Amino acid sequence: MLDPELRELYQQVILDHNKSPRNFKKLETANRTAEGYNPLCGDKINIFVDVEKDIVKDISFQGSGCAISKASASLMSTVVKGKSIEEAKKIFEKFHDLITGKLDEDESIEELGKLAVLAGVKEFPIRVKCASLAWHTMLSALKNEDKTVTTE
Amino acid sequence: MIVKQEPTVKEIKNTYDVYKIREDFPILKIKIRNKPLCYLDNAATTQKPQQVLDTLNKYYTSMNSNIHRGVHYLSGVATDAYEEARIKVKNFINAKSGKEIIFTRGTTESINLVANSFGRSNVKEGDEIIISNMEHHSNIVPWQFLCNEKKAKLKIIPIDDNGEIIFDEFLNLISDKTKLISVVYVSNSLGTVNPVKEIIEAAHKNNIPVLLDAAQSVNHLPVNVQKLDCEFLAFSGHKLYGPTGIGVLYAKEEILKTMPPFMGGGDMISKVTFEETTFNELPFKFEAGTSNIAGAIGLGSAIDYVTSKGIDKIANHEADLLEYATVRLKEVPGLKIIGNARQKSAVISFIFDNIHPHDIGTFLDYEGVAIRTGHHCTQPLMQRYNIAATSRASFGLYNTIEEVDILVDSVKRVIEVFNA
Ligand SMILES: Cc1ncc(COP(=O)(O)O)c(C=O)c1O
Repeated sequence: MLDPELRELYQQVILDHNKSPRNFKKLETANRTAEGYNPLCGDKINIFVDVEKDIVKDISFQGSGCAISKASASLMSTVVKGKSIEEAKKIFEKFHDLITGKLDEDESIEELGKLAVLAGVKEFPIRVKCASLAWHTMLSALKNEDKTVTTE
Repeated sequence: MIVKQEPTVKEIKNTYDVYKIREDFPILKIKIRNKPLCYLDNAATTQKPQQVLDTLNKYYTSMNSNIHRGVHYLSGVATDAYEEARIKVKNFINAKSGKEIIFTRGTTESINLVANSFGRSNVKEGDEIIISNMEHHSNIVPWQFLCNEKKAKLKIIPIDDNGEIIFDEFLNLISDKTKLISVVYVSNSLGTVNPVKEIIEAAHKNNIPVLLDAAQSVNHLPVNVQKLDCEFLAFSGHKLYGPTGIGVLYAKEEILKTMPPFMGGGDMISKVTFEETTFNELPFKFEAGTSNIAGAIGLGSAIDYVTSKGIDKIANHEADLLEYATVRLKEVPGLKIIGNARQKSAVISFIFDNIHPHDIGTFLDYEGVAIRTGHHCTQPLMQRYNIAATSRASFGLYNTIEEVDILVDSVKRVIEVFNA
């Protein structure tokens, strides 16, 4: 029997995204990219975005990481596709509040849609970095900062 | 198929009562989320026996004072206890004299001491320092600082896929520019026991001094510096069942005499005027400021503890654990062991293609199993294997066959969840 806290963290959806991540490839049409790095565990992620008139037309990622970071990147790619840069930033702020336990359960969790499956991270402070690495990297790509983002 | 090696289990029980030894370690009785603690992160740090805890307590309740300075009674008692600890260290590694034992904060500080003192006064532009591909960051970064400052070069001994130094390539790296060879005795990530005797012999043929990073050695195998004939040897107390914040640099006396001090301050001087300072004799020249007195005395107590159990017996016990754990972990589908050297100490790193070490670490934590996941401060080694991280189980003198079973069963349950 899996511990409920552990089951909450490793929900089936997360395991699925870990196994078969969406948009897990190099985007040939990308006009912005960034690399993210977590020095604590050596995880690396590359984000590719195709931005047109402030809209994320397409997004993809590559790299290695734990199930939490991979699922988070995969879910993120599906969520921000088609959104404006401003919207993407707002979603990340909400999402960050969610995984750090700053969000009231019922307040606007709906807005986060499928990202809500990562709510279990809030019980694991050490893993917040895993869940947010892809996001920080994406925001850096959107700013067109051509540098490595680290979680430290 | 579970291959239980019954004879091995019995052998261990006959010669070495691990269950009795466990009684000495209060922390091993605690529960983690209602599961017994299964502590398999001994390469990071070891737990402390009651004997060491009592020593620390006794020091602070009945001896505490500053050493080498006061004329009062307590200062004398503390000084004697501190110097007695130095002699325990000397005997433990069979140094010639207590003058060759310098107390530091740990392996890292010991290596930095050599880099700053010996290194800065001996290494010039164009010179070379040799290290290996499996070094801990603490045996890489100080040499990078030195090489950058002196425009010297760092040369890396390559390793093969099993995690062994490629000896011929090592020999090829040696030249008249080589000023020091600094290698890890036992790798904290792979468990490889390096052929340090042969390395030292080859170095000495060319008059090159050798530093051994013995952080993972003194706790696992008998170390005899006179037999090894190394110039320097560094280790940490906290990996030897002693307190944190205390470590040792061993160095041959004739070399220490030629080395300038590392830090300046109290205790390391014999006379100070504003114009000039003359330095204290060895080993005090290298112990500036108030030392970790309690730590040194605690380390002495840890050495007493390890010696009373017998380092040979501990080594045998851990070899049995390693053998059993290797056999059992190989049962796990998809598990790949990183580090298959012929000579190995009780450390097993493993990976899966599709499950990240951090996920394994989190799951095992819920079973009460403490392992380390990550790069283990050996990032260049991880790059050599083209991986970001491993899961690492590392055993100590109090671990049991049953704990190996808990580890393996827990890992199997992670696989079930991830491969479902
Ligand atoms: C092989 C090796 N060298 C050096 C060190 C550094 O030891 P410390 O952090 O105690 O200075 C360690 C500890 O992780 C180690 O395993």
